[in-house]
Formats: sequence, structure tokens, C-alpha cells
Amino acid sequence: MTVSAKTAAPRLGRRERYDPKVVTAAFILIAPTIIGLLVLNIYPFFDTIRRSLYKTQGLGPEVYVGLKNFEKLFTDDMIGHATINTLLYMVLTVPVGVLLSLIFASLLNSKIRGRDIYRGIYFLPMVVAPAAVAMVWRWIYNAENGILNIALGALGIRGPSWLADPNTALIACAIIGIWSAVGYDLVLILAGLQSISKSYYEAAEIDGASGIQTFFHITIPMVSPTLFFVILMRAMSSLKQFDTIYLLINTRNPAYKNATVLMTLFYREAFEKFNKGYGSAIVLYTFVIIAIFTAIQFISEKKLVHYD
Amino acid sequence: MTTIAQPAAKKKINYRSRGKLIIHIILIIGSFVMIFPFVWMILTSFKSNGESLLIPPTFLPKEWLVENYTEVTRTLPFGALYINTLLLMLLRIICALVFSSMAGFAFAKLRFPFKRFFFFLVLTQMMLPNQIFIIPQYQMLASMNQLNSIFALLFPGLVSAFGTFFLRQFYMSLPNVLSEAAVLDGCNTFQIFFKIMLPLTKTAMMALAVFTAVFAYSDMMWPLIVNNNINMMTLSAGISSMQGQYTTRYPILMAGSTLAMIPMLVLYLIFQRQFIEGIALTGTKG
Repeated sequence: MTVSAKTAAPRLGRRERYDPKVVTAAFILIAPTIIGLLVLNIYPFFDTIRRSLYKTQGLGPEVYVGLKNFEKLFTDDMIGHATINTLLYMVLTVPVGVLLSLIFASLLNSKIRGRDIYRGIYFLPMVVAPAAVAMVWRWIYNAENGILNIALGALGIRGPSWLADPNTALIACAIIGIWSAVGYDLVLILAGLQSISKSYYEAAEIDGASGIQTFFHITIPMVSPTLFFVILMRAMSSLKQFDTIYLLINTRNPAYKNATVLMTLFYREAFEKFNKGYGSAIVLYTFVIIAIFTAIQFISEKKLVHYD
Repeated sequence: MTTIAQPAAKKKINYRSRGKLIIHIILIIGSFVMIFPFVWMILTSFKSNGESLLIPPTFLPKEWLVENYTEVTRTLPFGALYINTLLLMLLRIICALVFSSMAGFAFAKLRFPFKRFFFFLVLTQMMLPNQIFIIPQYQMLASMNQLNSIFALLFPGLVSAFGTFFLRQFYMSLPNVLSEAAVLDGCNTFQIFFKIMLPLTKTAMMALAVFTAVFAYSDMMWPLIVNNNINMMTLSAGISSMQGQYTTRYPILMAGSTLAMIPMLVLYLIFQRQFIEGIALTGTKG
């Protein structure tokens, strides 16, 4: 009999000796993942940093330019617009989206008939390709023949040219973003709600707490870890928003300046203009913004989130 | 509940059922908002261009035309798009399940040097936005002459940091007693992993498979970057090229969108429980 699992090894204090057989097995098991991460992620991360210091145009040679790409970044009007739009997109989508998900999840958490059907319907946009989602919304938002403006017209309201009007383009995109994500967030929040022990509610009922009181004093604190996770994930993905905005707001759109975001600029610089150096600078800049917001959220987590 | 307060029971039921009615009304309005765009997509796809522009619009098509579908399948190779998309999802699922199970088990249950450092690499990948890797990944494929291939589609998904992290959580929750007993029976580490631990993570693997499939299917940026040959594109990237061609001919665009929606929709309708429970699991454990 060989003693090969770590559990069978005698405890030798802090600096235990490793079982060579287990170590060999472990290295074999983690090898594909670690090699993959090194090649696909760790090396590319440093390579992106290196590239941001070079100028690359198409197939031409790379030229070292120092921090020129970053100088350009801070004087580029479009980057300024895109930064504001990206942050605005986050502000427009995350609070409303998470609030709606929380409301619908709470409604579904009551003993209600057809819960699985509702949940299935709300989740639907997640399984439809974003390109198809973008196209159907472009049709709905169409200024003259779109069903939205026709419906508004029937109510006597003259709807704007949603996606081409500088005042509404980003809002219109945010609505699509919220609509697409509600079902996903709802599923996560509902799972969080269902894991709350019934005994809390029974205790509240005995104490004569009202439904609203129960919601704010039991449900919200108990589901706050899930809510925190959903908000964090949603904030990060809204800062990285690409597909619908790329498809709906092209460079000829009169609202281009008002609705383009950092990731669409990154894509256009790196893969349409083939300026990989500048593209790398944009993506690093976006990363810094994401990191700042992640840090802010983790700091506020300590104050706001309740863990058992 | 109602048995406790017998005299008030009747009133309470009334109150409750009225509350439930309001909840149902809100949920139905929500459902309408969620479904309507898809219904409108499908209905428009069967209308003629002229009919789609009528004001007031018709709800059902006057005549159910299939011309839009024949037109869009003439310009876009849907067969290839379906196959590429399915292959991409399948290969990414296999890679994620195999490699993440192996690493997840090792990180959770085995003692080996530099474990913290290696796990730090996994966490680092999860913290960095994917786009930060894209330019170098593209350059690697270009230098290997692998652009416009299924391999190119799969490339960033060869390993899954999220999958590793997620499955590690699961392996950690499995009791060590299981492997202790197996060691006494003379099992080696691989046998413990494969015969005892792995079969216990079926639900977690199912969840990871769903998660991987959903995100592989909806990813648009990467396929657009590495594959510019329409025959090597995925559905999501492929139909985005329709926009340039049929700018405002909405019935044709809607026909293409409907065709792109169908395969995943069918999978979703069959495996709805697994989809939703899987996603819920990735959220609570992830």
C-alpha cells in the first residue's frame, strides 16, 4: 500500500514535506491550465503593455514611441467622449437593471403559479445572439416605421429618431442593455433569495413585521452578498460594453460622438485602422478605469454587505 | 399558514389572492416586454418590405412570405454558420470541463509547492478584462497562420480560469473522508480524481457547460477579429455583416436574425432547467 494522498501523510508542522507522487500528479493535472494561462493571458498582458509603447500601422514595422500613445490618448477628443459615454452607460444601466431584477426576483420568490415560465421568459434574451438583439431593436427604434414611435404616435407623442438623436442614442442603447441583462441578474438574485432561511421570516411574522419592513430588514441584508456580486459583475461588463453599441452606432451616425464607448473605439483603432499600439493604450486605459471602480466597490462592500 | 388564524382565514385568502393578481399582472407586463421584440422579429420576417413599412402597421403578415428567408440564405452560408457555432461551443465546453476539472481538483485537494502562486495566476486572469489579451492573441494566431479557422475561434477558450475557480470551489466542498478511504483501498491520486471525485461534480460541470455555451455563443468581438471569411464565422458575427448589405430592408434582416436565434432557442427550450439552474449555480458559487 502506498501513502499517496495528502490526507494520509503525517502532519509535520508548518513546513511539511511534500509527497513526490502527489506533487507529480498535481503538476500533471494543473499543467494544461497553467500553460494555457501563461500563453493566452499572462504573456499577452505584458505584451499589450509593451505594444502600447510602440506605433504600429498595418503591416509596417513597429516603431518605439515611448509614451506618445498615452499623450495622444489624453488629447484625443473621441477618447474623452467615449470615457464619458462609457461611465454614463454604466450609470444608466446598472442601478436600474439591478433594481428591476431585484423587484422581479422578489415577485417570483413568492409562491406564485407559473414561476418557472416567467423566469424562462425573462432569461430569453441571454440565449439570443447580441447581433440579432441589436437588429430587432434597431427595427423597433426606427424613426418613421419603428413600432415604438408608431405606438407613441398613437398616444400623440412624437418619438425621436432614437438611435440617431444625440440626446437619446445612449439611453436607447442602455435600454437594450437593461432588457438583455434583467433575466440573467434575476436568476442570480432569485437563487440568493431562495437560500434565505425561512425561519427569519417566521420570526418576523411572529413579531408582527409588515411586508415592507420584512423586505428592508431581512430580505435586503440577507441577499446583499448576491446583490453585491451582481452589481460588481454588471458594472464591469457595462464598462466593457461592445456588441450592441458597435452594431447600432456606426461612425456615420450623427450621434456617434454621444454614444460611442471605449471598447468600440478600441476595436476600431486596433482592428479597423490596424493601429495596434494605440489600441493597446486604449485597452490599458479602460483597464485602469475598471480597476478603480472595482476597488471602490470592494471598499464599499465592507460597509454595506452583510455576511453571516 | 391560514390554519393558525381560523376566523380571519377567509379575509386573508381574499387579500392574498388580490395581491397575487397584482403580482401576476406586473409579471405579465414584464413578460410582454421581454417577448415582444422576438415576436415582432418573427412576424416582420414573413412580411414583404412594402407591408413592413405600412402605417398603421399590420400585426400578422397579410401573406406569410418565405422570400426573405430564401434571400438571406442565398447571401449568408447559414449551414456553415450553424456548424461553426456548434463546434465552437462544443470545443470550448470540452476544454473548459476537462482542463478545469483537472486543475480544480488539484487546487482543492492536493498539496504541492507554489500552489498559491499558480492559483494567483488563475485569479489574475479573472480580474483582467478579456480585451486586454486580444491583440497579442490575434498576433499569435496570425504568426501561426491560423486565422480563419475553427482553432482560431476556440483559441482564447482553450483554458478557463473561471471554470478552474468555479470547480475548485466544488471540490473543496467534497469531504476528504472519501479520498482517505480510497487511499486505504490502494487508489492513486488519478484514480481518486477520476473514479471518486469527478462523478460527484456532475451538477457543477453541467453548470459550467451552460455558462461556457452561453458566452461562447454571444461573443461577437473575437470571431469578428480572427475570422473575416464568412464561411468561418459564427452566427453572432456572421449576421452582423448583413447590416451593411440590407441596411434598411428589415424583413430580410429579421429573417436572418430569426435563423440565428433558432438553434440556441431550441437548446434552451429543451434544457431550460439546466440553463437556469446552471447559471444560478455559477453565480452563487462563483
